[in-house]
Amino acid sequence: MAAITMRLPVPRKLVGPSASRGGEKHLVAPGDTITTDTGYMRGHGTYVEDEKLIASVAGAVERVNKLVCVRALKTRYNGEVGDIVVGRITEVQQKRWKVETNSRLDSVLLLSSMNLPGGELRRRSAEDELAMRDYLQEGDLISAEVQSVFSDGAVSLHTRSLKYGKLGQGVLVQVSPSLVKRQKTHFHDLPCGASVILGNNGFIWIYPTSEQKDEEAGGFTPNLEPVPLSDREVISRLRNCIVALATQKLMLFDTSILYCYEASLPHQIKDILKPEVMEEIVLETRQKLLDLEG
Amino acid sequence: MASVVLSEAEKLYIVHGVQEDLRVDGRGCEDYRCAEVETDVVSNTSGSARVKLGHTDILVGVKAEMGTPKLEKPDEGYLEFFVDCSANATPEFEGRGGEELGTEIANTLYRVFSSESSVDLKSLCINPREHCWVIYVDVLLLECGGNLFDAISIAVKAALFNTRIPKVHILEDEEGSKEIELSDDPYDCIRLNVDDVPCIVTLSKIGYRHVVDATLQEEACSLASLLISVTSKGALTSMKKMGKGSLDPESIFEMMETGQRVGKSLHIALQKILDEEERLGTSRQKVGFLG
Repeated sequence: MAAITMRLPVPRKLVGPSASRGGEKHLVAPGDTITTDTGYMRGHGTYVEDEKLIASVAGAVERVNKLVCVRALKTRYNGEVGDIVVGRITEVQQKRWKVETNSRLDSVLLLSSMNLPGGELRRRSAEDELAMRDYLQEGDLISAEVQSVFSDGAVSLHTRSLKYGKLGQGVLVQVSPSLVKRQKTHFHDLPCGASVILGNNGFIWIYPTSEQKDEEAGGFTPNLEPVPLSDREVISRLRNCIVALATQKLMLFDTSILYCYEASLPHQIKDILKPEVMEEIVLETRQKLLDLEG
Repeated sequence: MASVVLSEAEKLYIVHGVQEDLRVDGRGCEDYRCAEVETDVVSNTSGSARVKLGHTDILVGVKAEMGTPKLEKPDEGYLEFFVDCSANATPEFEGRGGEELGTEIANTLYRVFSSESSVDLKSLCINPREHCWVIYVDVLLLECGGNLFDAISIAVKAALFNTRIPKVHILEDEEGSKEIELSDDPYDCIRLNVDDVPCIVTLSKIGYRHVVDATLQEEACSLASLLISVTSKGALTSMKKMGKGSLDPESIFEMMETGQRVGKSLHIALQKILDEEERLGTSRQKVGFLG
């Protein structure tokens, strides 16, 4: 039976000052005056006009001594060394792949900075260069770590660990990088039966938890067996929960995702994306997170 | 058209999911995404509508202008379609990049509306052979999130429903010269009967099954899709195959059946929301683009 729901758009609710919990945070919209004090230095997301420091993006004001910058809510990814990212190969070049990571410039993954099948200590030969497309081709998704950041902001990646590499079957969700909370680990095997990689660049990969980690192939031969329906249900539910959290601008990390998943359980998977259900479960998640903080 | 690149494994995941009737976002094969419909969003048109279907965002403006009837149909008005692909939707549309897609959609709309019963064109005639209303339907693509054709057809129907054409009278003096007089009352207008306006249902073949309302990712997995236009009574008015793949005659029939069934419920849902909006009248808070 076909399910078709149509609705009228609902005007955005005005959030009163009491409802916004981040009262301690200094939030600004583009054009808002941050300070009229001339003693401050102008950082990212700000500009000076009429001796006033004005925000050029919407976000939270951050101060480091005299430097004032605005961390934008919706932004491209600014790479930092050590970040874990999920990216998509866009181009195969000589000795390198170009990777789309939601940053301003495409990132690069050098052939020399990845583990090739057959052990770590292997010289890269001309044959390897010719076989690059066999390892990774256009459209493939990878998880990687930021090795270095160039002066123009472009990012160089590496996959020199068995944790990283080509991704197999699963679902990608894209959110704003500012919504991903920085944590010790960004790889999570959730108790609900699926795993997620929360890329610092806002790319979130949800995939079925594999029992045995196949390490000998270096992860270049993805498992093409059909994923069982029960796993699919969990993955789809998680996906919709993450989308719901991202639309309601809640930080994404393992606990918030799990709480949201639990809150969504009374609803059908496809209903989670209905605005009213989304609001309800995110509110419940927020409440649970507050309780956790005490 | 705006398209996405997927890895083989991702495509496989989507195809297997469709086979099990559980798509990536939890929908079944015959479910539509949640759609938002709002009419009367552009004040300087005769009728307008905005439809959001997932990430697909369509704005349609309808403008009625006076023109001369076509020679072969002297007692009828006519519809003109124009589709503008905004570069806001995807950078590919910049410059003349969106023209090809725009013409394709416009041509499809001409075909869909070519059936005589879809809109009563005779009611658009003011004075045979001399004056008629020309309805310019302008479609603006603001965001592409898959399933453009269905969303556009929904928006066009909603905008035509919203259209109000001022009433005119023809005054004739003794010498036989005619004069057109516009009614003084701005609310004195005619409305189009949209009961028989068809909606497009696109069925994308993925693996062995077909889905409606495919997302961009699903469209990337589909080799062929069938576009059919259905009226609220379930009558098929036109059909078109898209994509480079081929379709089995048997599966075409299956897809037509599904399309008819889904199309009917699509019309019911749309009519319900349009009536609801009308009932609310001026008490409804307009959302427009700042919502």
